[in-house]
Amino acid sequence: MSNTTLAPTYGPLPIPVKELLPWAIFAGLLCLLAIYFVGAEEGATSMISGMYVHEWVHDGRHLLGFPCH
Amino acid sequence: MVGNLLLRGMLVGLFAGILAFGFAKIYGEPQVDRAIAFEEATAQAAGEAPEPELVSRPTQAGFGLLTGVLVYATSIGGLFSLVFAYTYGRVSSFGPRGTAALLALAGFVAIVLVPDLKYPANPPSVGNPDTIGSRTELFFIMLVISIAGLTAAVALARRLWAQHGGWNASIIAGAAFVVVMAIAMYALPAINEVPEKFSADLLWRFRVASLGIHVVLWTVLGLAFGAVVERSLLASRPMSARTALR
Repeated sequence: MSNTTLAPTYGPLPIPVKELLPWAIFAGLLCLLAIYFVGAEEGATSMISGMYVHEWVHDGRHLLGFPCH
Repeated sequence: MVGNLLLRGMLVGLFAGILAFGFAKIYGEPQVDRAIAFEEATAQAAGEAPEPELVSRPTQAGFGLLTGVLVYATSIGGLFSLVFAYTYGRVSSFGPRGTAALLALAGFVAIVLVPDLKYPANPPSVGNPDTIGSRTELFFIMLVISIAGLTAAVALARRLWAQHGGWNASIIAGAAFVVVMAIAMYALPAINEVPEKFSADLLWRFRVASLGIHVVLWTVLGLAFGAVVERSLLASRPMSARTALR
């Protein structure tokens, strides 16, 4: 059997990938989008016109280490 | 289960973000102010009209900084919990606390420390606005290389584990990571857009403060997340004697 081990280990049970995948895709993308808005929007690329988002998160962007302007 | 982990991850991220904001406010903001004073003095000396303010300085340094740091920290907390949900029980035999602490250390190294060594944080007035495109591109390329490199190194250590033992496997994988990062950093172009008369002391303090914000964020995230999810995780998924380390 492929899932038998020579020395059975005492360890935590993993969470099945099937259960994890939908969460990972939706929540993962939303989190990445949020980080994009803090880190790069209205800098190198822009989804919203103007500079308001950039100016609002300006200090955070600098201090978190993203290229700002 | 995953939804529960995600929610807790985001809440712990938010909490870590509040502390990181406190650090940023105390240690980071004075340096931002100094840098902006330099920028204004330079513009004035060059006879340029001051830029119109869309958002006032006190707002940028207060609510602006708060939103930036909190949104970032909460999102990092969410992503952290998702990666935790995958690595828990798969990469090591550690329980929730150990897994979270190690994962946070790995995240800090791959997401913050390594990219920062090549392309460090820059205060206002450092950086030419015309090169923002290429600088952002290079920053994210370095970030992707670093994350991919560390993921590969962990996979390598897991593969060598049985044959060479944990200690040697980790040293080999760690050395491989260092070599690959050194090559990437050598190959990628250097960026130096620090103005001629910019204070070296200010630049150093700003960069250390930036690193410090991330240290606060990732330390709190790694230590608090494990503690917060331990009970529910062990209640719903008890440690098994039959689970192979896969």
